[in-house]
Amino acid sequence: MKTGKRRERIDRGIKVRSDGLYALSSWREIAYLLAPRTLLIGGFLLAPLLLLLFPYWQKVLLIVCIYALLAMAFDFLANYVGLVCLGGSFFVGVGGYGAALLNKYCGLAPFLSIPLAALLGAAFCTLLLLPCLPLRGVYFAIITLMYPLMATRIIEAFELFGGTNGMMDVAGFANPWIEQYFLVTATLLLLFGLRRLAVEDLGLVIKGIKDNDQSVRASGINITFIKAQAIFYAAFLGCFAGAYLAHVYMWAGLSMFALDFSIIPIAATVVGGGGSLMGAVLGAVLLVPLSEALRAFGPLRIVVYSLILTVVIVIKGEGLLNYLARKYSQFERWVEI
Amino acid sequence: MALLTVHGLGKKFGGITALNNIDFTIDEGEIMGIIGPNGSGKTTLINCITGFIRASAGKIVFEGRDIRGLAPHRIVNLGICRTFQIMRPYASLPAYKNLIIPLYSPRARKTGGWRGGGRHGDRNIIALDLLEEVGFERESKVPYKLAGTLPTGYLKRLELARCLALNPRLLICDEVFSGLSMSEIASMVPLIEKLNRSGVTIIMIEHRLKELFRVAKRVMAISYGDKIVEGTPEEVMANEKVKEAYLGA
Amino acid sequence: MEIIIYGIVNSFKLILIAFGFTLVYGTSRLPNFAHGAIFVFTGFVAWIMMHKLNLPFLPAAVLALASAALVGVVIYQFILKRIRGMSMNEIIATYAIGVALIETFRWLGFKGTTFTLPVLREGVVFIADVPVDYQRLLVVAIGIVMLAAVWAFTKFTRTGLALRGIAQDERAAMMLGIDADMTGTLAMALGSALSGLAALMLFPLGSIVVEAGYNTLVFALAVCIVGGIGSWGGTIMAAFVLGFLQVITVTYLATHFQMVVTLAAIIATLIIRPSGFFGKHKELEERV
Repeated sequence: MKTGKRRERIDRGIKVRSDGLYALSSWREIAYLLAPRTLLIGGFLLAPLLLLLFPYWQKVLLIVCIYALLAMAFDFLANYVGLVCLGGSFFVGVGGYGAALLNKYCGLAPFLSIPLAALLGAAFCTLLLLPCLPLRGVYFAIITLMYPLMATRIIEAFELFGGTNGMMDVAGFANPWIEQYFLVTATLLLLFGLRRLAVEDLGLVIKGIKDNDQSVRASGINITFIKAQAIFYAAFLGCFAGAYLAHVYMWAGLSMFALDFSIIPIAATVVGGGGSLMGAVLGAVLLVPLSEALRAFGPLRIVVYSLILTVVIVIKGEGLLNYLARKYSQFERWVEI
Repeated sequence: MALLTVHGLGKKFGGITALNNIDFTIDEGEIMGIIGPNGSGKTTLINCITGFIRASAGKIVFEGRDIRGLAPHRIVNLGICRTFQIMRPYASLPAYKNLIIPLYSPRARKTGGWRGGGRHGDRNIIALDLLEEVGFERESKVPYKLAGTLPTGYLKRLELARCLALNPRLLICDEVFSGLSMSEIASMVPLIEKLNRSGVTIIMIEHRLKELFRVAKRVMAISYGDKIVEGTPEEVMANEKVKEAYLGA
Repeated sequence: MEIIIYGIVNSFKLILIAFGFTLVYGTSRLPNFAHGAIFVFTGFVAWIMMHKLNLPFLPAAVLALASAALVGVVIYQFILKRIRGMSMNEIIATYAIGVALIETFRWLGFKGTTFTLPVLREGVVFIADVPVDYQRLLVVAIGIVMLAAVWAFTKFTRTGLALRGIAQDERAAMMLGIDADMTGTLAMALGSALSGLAALMLFPLGSIVVEAGYNTLVFALAVCIVGGIGSWGGTIMAAFVLGFLQVITVTYLATHFQMVVTLAAIIATLIIRPSGFFGKHKELEERV
């Protein structure tokens, strides 16, 4: 008989030890627990300082954060709620136009207009997506793909909000430091907030809907209402990113509904690894600088993204973060069978 | 006193009549059985009562209120809970976390759910208590395992626990005994009797007639969407039409 | 009168565009979101054949169709085969490949309106005082021929029957010895070739632009969704409904409302009746 070998995965000792309360008794274990989080938080908070040396990359950091937010929204909807949203750019556009309108017509400063645009925009998106909530899988994906296209065409056809030129002269940030740190802190807060939400009872209900929506209905919970809430949170992230962009570029226009804002976050989530939100952020951190490096090539950027996306999907990559997490907490060895 | 009255209930799928003019009444505190051959419309009947399918005709009156056409979650919140014939656990959640979801529902929060667990107290602990109640060994690893990895017996109990968490007035069990071993059934029957003693009205759909007749005092038989007969188990089994439906003409 | 004639022509345009998509989805349950990309691809390949290799139109067209079919086969063999059954991944992967294909052409510099394919025969006929050029008549004729050919193919040939078998019940068909991968490849090849055919017929009416890739995909999706994805009869009916709707919009409103109406049709259909207005209504959603 042929004897084969099998790869066995075993939790590292330190992982097991640090699972319980005893972790607090040793620095090593505490460090083990805190290291990944510190790396992320510290990295994000220090990044703007490092950029003193490389002024060009400042905008890149902003875009990393923007795409991280969008990727989180996609990951949350796809892997927690089970709704695959191919139209992330719709959120960006709504947020962007919202902030521009609030800023120009109500005279609100960026610090007010961004959160307000995010809130109102999220409510608006949720309202528009409300009739689509009973849809599942492919149908939901298709309809969300149509929303940004529809928005572009309507704005073009009716020449709303400056038509194809967009809205100019949106107020910018006074100080680049404020600009940087406002976004970085917001991204971190939203990331950890959303992660906390996912383990709260509401998060469990949301996961339950993904697993088995009929059972949730039989538990006396209105799934449409819960899904609407989930969409609201995701749309909030997207609209926040859009509103922020409008103030950074001092402009809101049709390109906010563009394909980039839908595809790149998906690519980031797939590459980074879905299901943990952290993976989405990691994906954005990796892909956006790559995209900047390719900026000179124009449309080639999207080609590269799409190819990366396809390759990762086809080889069924678990995503970078899931791979790293496994290496961090487990070791592998070959055993005879 | 009548808890639930179903009057002239009908359902058509396209041209096929799945239910035709069903009438029955269930009194508070009763256990009623519904039997019938495969495909006779038992599950459709339940789906209509619980709102998962919209009935085409008739009235469903629960505590004096017509509930036909209400959304399923509203009906659950009135106190009608059901189990699914094909178990529907949340496969990616641990067994006890499965119960957080019903404990989170408006009904559980308003009425307190099972022993007040929906309103106050740690939902995790309540969930573990509840699992113990339906027969999960508390000290073992079973309540912490992913629901997707549990065997049928546990999943059926989990279905029951989901309903209990909602503090039901009327519990509808869709074939809780099917797929269970004799010893598992033997441990399930007292559970149902205990529930009934605590004041829950129960409708049971069953194929395991012997076990059903131990608990149900009144049985209704349906075949091809029509109600054939209703009465005590002995009467129903003696009925010619029932024999015909089960054995064929 | 004008509306009727142009409505018919436009409906056949939509049939040509959408039929490849429906064929693939109807027989193999594969959502080919690279459909629009293949459309544009065929157009450019034909153009390259004609202008760089100096081939006459017909050989160039045949080669372009063959290359479209080849792209379909490649997409199936290297991508779809591995992710079959995971509908979300199928959509994302085919869409991404489509985007990659379209944007590659944009990157290579195929921009603007300088790229055109010749019409087969110049000239205009008057039908009830409405001028219609030959190419538009040809669109209708080819549309009818294509429908008849596909119908005959699936009705009378063994391979066609296999395709239909797979469409109805994949497992049962597999038990009868039908190779799902073979039919999938075939469906993709056929669907892509049909998309290419549409391109060769329609691009002579205007110029080859990359944006057409996205618009074609949206049109194809619109027709298929309104008609019920995978239902052939529904596709034809929906093509007529949307075809006339578009012509009426263009006549009474303005050209750029055409897309708005199409998109609105998709959104409205999905909300009101996701299985399509002409498809078989599935009560599956209702069953518990």
